[in-house]
Amino acid sequence: MQPEKKKSSFASQVLQSIYEASVIPFLAILTSVIIGGLIIKSVGGDPFVAYKGLLQGAFGSAKAWSETAIWATPYIFAGLAVALAFRGGLFNIGAEGQLAFGAVFSALIGYALPGWLGFDLPIYIHLPLAILAGALAGGIWAAIVGALKAYTGGHEVINTIMMNYIALNMTSFLVGGVMKDKNPLNVISRTPLIAESARIAPIFDGLRIHWGFVLALVMAFLVWWLLNKTTLGFEIRTVGLNPDAAKYAGINVKKIITLTMLFSGILAGMAGAIEVTGLNYRHELGFSSGYGYDAIAIALLGKSHPLGVVLASFLFAAMRNGATRMQFLTQLPVDLISMIQALVLLFVAADAIVRYIYRIKAKGERVTLTRGWGG
Amino acid sequence: MDWKRFGFIALIITVLFGAVVAVGQEQQRPLLIITSMLATTISVATPLTLGALSGVFCERSGVVNIGIEGMMLSSAFFGWFTAMYLSNIYDWALMPSIITGAIVAVLAGALMGLLLGWLSITFKVDQIIGGTVINILAVGLTGFLNRQLFFGKSSLFQGTVPSSPGVFSAAHFPINEIFSPLCGSGALCLEDVNAINRVFDQKPIALLAIALVFVAHYVLFKTRWGLRTRAVGEHPKAADTVGINVERMRYVNVLIGGMLAGLGGAYFTLESIPSFEPLMTNGRGFISLAAMIFGNWTPIGAWAAALVFGASQALQINMQLFRDSIPEQWAFLQQSYVVGLTPYILTMLILTGIIGKTTPPAADGTPYEK
Repeated sequence: MQPEKKKSSFASQVLQSIYEASVIPFLAILTSVIIGGLIIKSVGGDPFVAYKGLLQGAFGSAKAWSETAIWATPYIFAGLAVALAFRGGLFNIGAEGQLAFGAVFSALIGYALPGWLGFDLPIYIHLPLAILAGALAGGIWAAIVGALKAYTGGHEVINTIMMNYIALNMTSFLVGGVMKDKNPLNVISRTPLIAESARIAPIFDGLRIHWGFVLALVMAFLVWWLLNKTTLGFEIRTVGLNPDAAKYAGINVKKIITLTMLFSGILAGMAGAIEVTGLNYRHELGFSSGYGYDAIAIALLGKSHPLGVVLASFLFAAMRNGATRMQFLTQLPVDLISMIQALVLLFVAADAIVRYIYRIKAKGERVTLTRGWGG
Repeated sequence: MDWKRFGFIALIITVLFGAVVAVGQEQQRPLLIITSMLATTISVATPLTLGALSGVFCERSGVVNIGIEGMMLSSAFFGWFTAMYLSNIYDWALMPSIITGAIVAVLAGALMGLLLGWLSITFKVDQIIGGTVINILAVGLTGFLNRQLFFGKSSLFQGTVPSSPGVFSAAHFPINEIFSPLCGSGALCLEDVNAINRVFDQKPIALLAIALVFVAHYVLFKTRWGLRTRAVGEHPKAADTVGINVERMRYVNVLIGGMLAGLGGAYFTLESIPSFEPLMTNGRGFISLAAMIFGNWTPIGAWAAALVFGASQALQINMQLFRDSIPEQWAFLQQSYVVGLTPYILTMLILTGIIGKTTPPAADGTPYEK
């Protein structure tokens, strides 16, 4: 009797913890959808038609599912990037710039490497190199901020934002200049197409969904494994929870901060690299507008847990993908989705508001996500 | 006064000005370059000054305000929209409509400040997250309204963006009238007086911002109210024990901060250019924060730091004017992308503390729990 009782209590504990982890995000989404409906109503639209269009556009057909997964892929990478940094006590607002940098360098290796070497590469060498180049570019870009935080105390929030502007300026400079597509018909800032050997294959014929989506899921598992099953992950989480205690426990806090930003940047850089190698086959300026900020909302919504990030990415992807159909049916602007997403973020970040509306008592201690200027 | 810091600020500004003079002296007399740089510097430093003042008020009372960017963006939109609506629908004249627009911008900033206060003081949400919420909300809100109002199904103007009313015109100081008679018939002297006049002919928000710097300094450091604000930001418990209402002090300061950021937002659409573009604040709110830190959380220091950023922006603008005179070995300076990096790199350098450590208010960023 004894073990069985224990077992059932364990199962109910698991259910209890799933309930506790998901109730606030769920209510936050519900509240945002209701407020979004009121906004639609107030501008003269029909919220039910709009939301039906949103769902149809996101999940109405195989093609819709495929497109939703394509939207979700960079969200998962970038969301994991922000979530990993959160777990290490760092706020990475710079996913946008890291992503752009990753995309540029991935495209560079993708189109230029065979020319530099003078011979064609097989796909199993060229493609990994292209993704690796993007990942490292993003990683180094973020690690600079991590090192500045660790060794000089410069706050990562402002520095990642500054690095965003620097990255966007530099990618404009590169893609509009030396890396610009030399084709005489081309008038916009974009790189040449990458070689066939640097492209990720689609999973199904006729649909755009590609193996990069699977890689995103694998990376989500790897991040979970890193955080929960390795010493390094333990150190990252300890530094995130209490850097002073971590220091007294003998953890090299400065090294861990730099490494956390490096990993975070690698994930964000991969988001850009996968967009280039799996979907666009080139880098074009302005393709990534907003991924970095959406990633913050996704990480918060997913409670910085890899599985939560994957689910939140799907939600945001479905909204983005379904918005086009919604606009077609109701003539409501796509920006409405940004409003709803901002509301989701508001209610998830400020869970106290949701608790207040639905009278849910807070449990456990407050989790500190970031710290003030003192570091 | 922190003379080392001000000396360093003066040095950076001199270097930035000197670079432009060095490049442009073949085409233009140095005095004319310097006065034109000064005029641009003071003008473009305006939103940074106001943003930094907003940060000073919020953080002196213990609330980190990273949402200045979002506050400015939404104020820029609502201020512009009000002015445009009044002049197009009710046929208001230019000045009444843009003055009303500026008031609405300040109120919109106050509302955003109230939201920050509600999140971070009442609900004790992590203040940096609260500010980020404001930033993202502002992007979504202004983007949605901008598109809905002009291109949406039931849009007010049936798919056309109406002409906007215009911007504030510059105030005029009678420097020219007073000094040009002294020149007699010297054409160069007249030109000089004209050039100097240009520095002083600033627009109203720019002038107001400079006045507010000194008002803020007086309020924070010479009044009882300012002392209480600083007490709440340094040691809220002690302040509470002597009977200061911590939450109310913080709310009022965050409201003031929101209004200052709102006035900064008005600069973009009512003083700089007569139109609204999504994301037009372009990081100025964050640079303001760097100016606030560089200025060591003091109004005058923050203004001086804002002038540094203004000067680096003026450098970018003027380098474009003289791009043909840039020597060949410095050809990369012709790229606006490269020169445009200066304020961002400067911000990062400042945050490393190589210029001297700054100390935030002790309770900055921590919600007060009784």
